[in-house]
Amino acid sequence: MIQVSHLTKLYGPRAAISDLSFEVKKGEIVGFLGPNGAGKSTTMKILTGFMPASEGSAKIAGYDVFENPIEVKRNIGFLPENPPVYPEMKVQDYLQFAAELHQVPREKVRAAVDQVLAKTSLGDVRNRLIGNLSKGYRQRVGLAQAMVHNPAVLILDEPTVGLDPKQIIEIRELIKGLGGEHTVILSSHILPEVTATCERIIVINKGRIVAEDTLDQLTARIKRGLIYSMLVKSPAQEGVSAIRNIPGVQTVTQVGPKLVVEIQPGSPEVRDQIVETAVKREMGVLEFSTEKVSLEEIFLQLTTIETPNETAGVAV
Amino acid sequence: MNFKNAWIISKKDFRTYFTSPIAYIVIAGFMLIMGWMFFYTLSHFEMQSMQYQQYNMGKGPSITDAIIRPLYGNMNVIFLFLVPFITMRLFAEEKKLHTFELLMTSPVTLTEIVLGKFLSSLLLISIMLGITIVYPIILFVGGNPDLGPIVTSYIGTLLLASCYLSLGIFFSSLTENQIVAGSLTFASALFFWLVNWASQASGPTWGEVLNYLSLISHFNNFSQGLLNSSDVIYYLSFIGLGLFLTRRVLDSYRWR
Repeated sequence: MIQVSHLTKLYGPRAAISDLSFEVKKGEIVGFLGPNGAGKSTTMKILTGFMPASEGSAKIAGYDVFENPIEVKRNIGFLPENPPVYPEMKVQDYLQFAAELHQVPREKVRAAVDQVLAKTSLGDVRNRLIGNLSKGYRQRVGLAQAMVHNPAVLILDEPTVGLDPKQIIEIRELIKGLGGEHTVILSSHILPEVTATCERIIVINKGRIVAEDTLDQLTARIKRGLIYSMLVKSPAQEGVSAIRNIPGVQTVTQVGPKLVVEIQPGSPEVRDQIVETAVKREMGVLEFSTEKVSLEEIFLQLTTIETPNETAGVAV
Repeated sequence: MNFKNAWIISKKDFRTYFTSPIAYIVIAGFMLIMGWMFFYTLSHFEMQSMQYQQYNMGKGPSITDAIIRPLYGNMNVIFLFLVPFITMRLFAEEKKLHTFELLMTSPVTLTEIVLGKFLSSLLLISIMLGITIVYPIILFVGGNPDLGPIVTSYIGTLLLASCYLSLGIFFSSLTENQIVAGSLTFASALFFWLVNWASQASGPTWGEVLNYLSLISHFNNFSQGLLNSSDVIYYLSFIGLGLFLTRRVLDSYRWR
């Protein structure tokens, strides 16, 4: 549905994005993750035909963004960073305008507006002036605008910014529900957002793709050896050193009754041995668990790594 | 180029004039000044006619010369002041509100956007002009004016005001600051209005060029009841150039 190849955008000598290539299949929900200023918005503006790229090409629904911008624009719904709403218009009138602008047939405009109002739960405020609405509502009106003409591709730049936690959950559910029928690209610098909604993640930093995969694989790829944490009744010194002597165990750190056991990367399964040792030494195991590497850590690792040979391990 | 798309945009912008105070203030101000001017020219004409009769000085001044010409000439001056307020928000505000991105990512062409904006302001101007038809009606009720100069004055005023509009839309596309857009519109419209003042001092060739460039020198024929194709072509090309340049400016936004 979306094919991007070797996309580069230069602002003077500075490259906002360089040599970006990726593909999104029909019905997929892809998250664009990166710190502020990584080039997410720039990429989205190029995809929506708002600005052209310096080099490379982008195709949406089979149409080239630069050669057939009108056809591309007919197939996309775009929510920019700032919701493009007119404060002096009523919600319903605004959505009607957006629908007409996207060439929804006149007899279907009303139904399309009603439908999108229901989807984004904006029915209560349909006759209010947008200027009088809170930021969260305005954001939702912007989202409704992007969806009102039922486009094949939705491009959402930070869709949940400014929403309260309840609304965030609602919008995430809404976006999740869009998958399958619609192809969605959403950008965010907030990790849980992407984890909660997207099937695939493209991590972008300083205008380059640093990783692109599903969430699970991304987590697996980044894992540098497992970390177990064990809660015990009596953390006797000899027990701790016995665990430390198990082959494959790198370090054991003791924090009160909690032992943090780090395993060497690539070593065989040693969980049984650790627990066995602990039981033998009568340490009284209360709890044993794997510490998950959170996406937050992956994200930080991917975007803060400077040296090239370290990046080589994670980059695609 | 699909006229329907331009119409969707102009409908939205036209409605915005009335959901904000702009239309009411501009129309009310316009009507107030026009009404006062009509009253003044009419009573002045009455007084003159009476004096002519009293002292038997022959036929008094015609309604066309004494009322129609000054009235529509002054109307143009008022438009010079009011048009910047009408056009300054058209693009500047869209950019400020980021709604410009909605227009630019919708399946409409730049020409349709520019035309839509122009149409919305033209519609507002037409309404203002439409209200002033009461003045000729009053003249017809109480006297016997020439219809010709009235009709051509309306055509000329509409064309001249459209020139201001296209100038205003152009400046609005250049900036996201409405005050800047409005000031530039006023200054440049005034320049095109006064440019022929220097014509007498500039020698025969340049004098003629400056005279031709002046917006107001083309209006004189209209106010005398003459529909001259060169004047119409001048106004139409002025409007066309302004809108064309606006389209180029919008295009250049995409390349920055």
